[in-house]
Amino acid sequence: MHLRKFKEFIIEKLILISGLASVIFVALIFFFLLKDGFSLFKSVNPLGFLSGKSWYPISEPPQLGILPLIIGSLIVTLGATVISVPIGVACALYISEIAPGKVKEVLKAGVELLAAIPSVVLGFIGMVTLVPWVKNIFNLPTGLTALSGSIMLAFMAMPTIVSVAEDALYSVPKSYKEGALALGATRWQTIHRVLLPAASSGILAAVMLGIGRVIGETMAVMMITGNSAVIPKMIFSNLFGFAQPVRTMTATIAAEMGETVVGSEHYFALFAIGIVLFIISFFINVTADLFLHREKKKI
Amino acid sequence: MLMRLFVIVVFILHSTLAFAAGKNSIQIKGSDTMVNLAQAWAEVYMEQNPGAFVAVTGGGSGTGLSSLIMGTCSIAMSSRNIKDKEVSLAKQKGTQPYEAKVALDGLAVVVNPNNPVNKLTIEQLAAIFSGRITNWKEVGGPDSKIVILSREVNSGTHVYFKEHVLRKNDPNSKEEFAPSALMLPSSQAIADEIAGNAGAIGYYGMGYISPKQKPVAVAADAKSEYVQPTIDNVIKGKYPISRPLFLYTNGKPEGPIKEFMDFVLSKEGQEIVLKTDFVPLK
Repeated sequence: MHLRKFKEFIIEKLILISGLASVIFVALIFFFLLKDGFSLFKSVNPLGFLSGKSWYPISEPPQLGILPLIIGSLIVTLGATVISVPIGVACALYISEIAPGKVKEVLKAGVELLAAIPSVVLGFIGMVTLVPWVKNIFNLPTGLTALSGSIMLAFMAMPTIVSVAEDALYSVPKSYKEGALALGATRWQTIHRVLLPAASSGILAAVMLGIGRVIGETMAVMMITGNSAVIPKMIFSNLFGFAQPVRTMTATIAAEMGETVVGSEHYFALFAIGIVLFIISFFINVTADLFLHREKKKI
Repeated sequence: MLMRLFVIVVFILHSTLAFAAGKNSIQIKGSDTMVNLAQAWAEVYMEQNPGAFVAVTGGGSGTGLSSLIMGTCSIAMSSRNIKDKEVSLAKQKGTQPYEAKVALDGLAVVVNPNNPVNKLTIEQLAAIFSGRITNWKEVGGPDSKIVILSREVNSGTHVYFKEHVLRKNDPNSKEEFAPSALMLPSSQAIADEIAGNAGAIGYYGMGYISPKQKPVAVAADAKSEYVQPTIDNVIKGKYPISRPLFLYTNGKPEGPIKEFMDFVLSKEGQEIVLKTDFVPLK
């Protein structure tokens, strides 16, 4: 009898530890980032770091301004969002509302498969197919641009957006739809006047999670955006910055971490970029979470 | 994502430690330029010395040197001299980096084969790569924009090119790569982009030249002879952009490490240098 109780106790505690593990890991990672990242601000002004326009980390003295990197990340993310959100939401609508049984299954499996493609593979495919294509269509000096990165990242955000948005649409009570149809609304009227507003917070959460996925992506971006740390000119002939190469924060960390002298300003600066990234994706995730909870309360 | 990264890092640390544990094993780490060369040395050396184990990994010159300083590898490959900062860090950690020059490498400046430009001076190269010249017509080519391709800052090749071409060996020069230069993660990525882009110019070790790229002849200044990047020209010291390649050890090499270093500098070792498209010392 005692032994059984003891067994129960051990198993319960083991599960508790596993449950806590992820929280502990996040806390440890955050602590580690803060510790090394903040060492930079002993010698570098945080405002200068965030608003500096030149990123020459290995010069003497190093110029550590990450504004071009922040703008690079934002441009690529914005582009990917603009491309992936309409397609993703429309895809979710089709899967949950319109597609007949078999098509639905195939589409769902397809979307899941898209999520399973490693980002380095997508980057490679982008490099050999999309990059020359972008160069020729827009007649640019090079195809390694923010636009190429946006298109490839849109593929990566799609599965997240589709599956979360589809869940949100699915959880709209059936009575809403039936009521709308009974009142004589057409199918499209039902979808865009009743279903979409009812699922709006879930769909917003889907969008935020998609953005979170995009801004943290590294490998594909590093391979196809050209990585030049320059603030793009936001003019029409430049497709508002999209026709120009950009360097993202993630690609900077990945490309430069290998070289830095441990303990140098450059090394700490990369951790500080990590903090900026962490804060951005933290806010995106919290926003997504807020939307998700609001939806649950409402229904 | 962060979680996954953490797990991977722990795994890598674990496996490197496990490898380093073998007594007869030599860990070589560093410059991506030299990985193929060191691998070729390692294969022949292990064939001749059964029981010896040599493992070669890349990561960049800086990665290799910092592993040597931290004691996680026994030989660091580097395509640049060790920096003062690294020497002082090594002192703190109790390691004494010992330098050995093992081969030479010519840096080829390459353009697309359809580009009519065949020769450039160092001065013109510096102007192109720092962004003062932005159109090919200024150096005798067609009226089109120049796309600058460079390696990432973790590459010894990048550092060498900046110091010896952009800054022309002047330690006080503040010359930098143009901010608009595309930073590509590997020499192969540069080779691929050059092959498909008529307006691009890039640089990398001679070993990467293929018929899809055209190396330009380089002259030290307008009065000098324009020289093609060939092995012969590098050995004779005629080609202006060539650099030494180094192996660093902790202190003067001893035991199995010394045997390996002796092999590298032997006639046979230097023949392997030639076979892997680098330039032997003699």
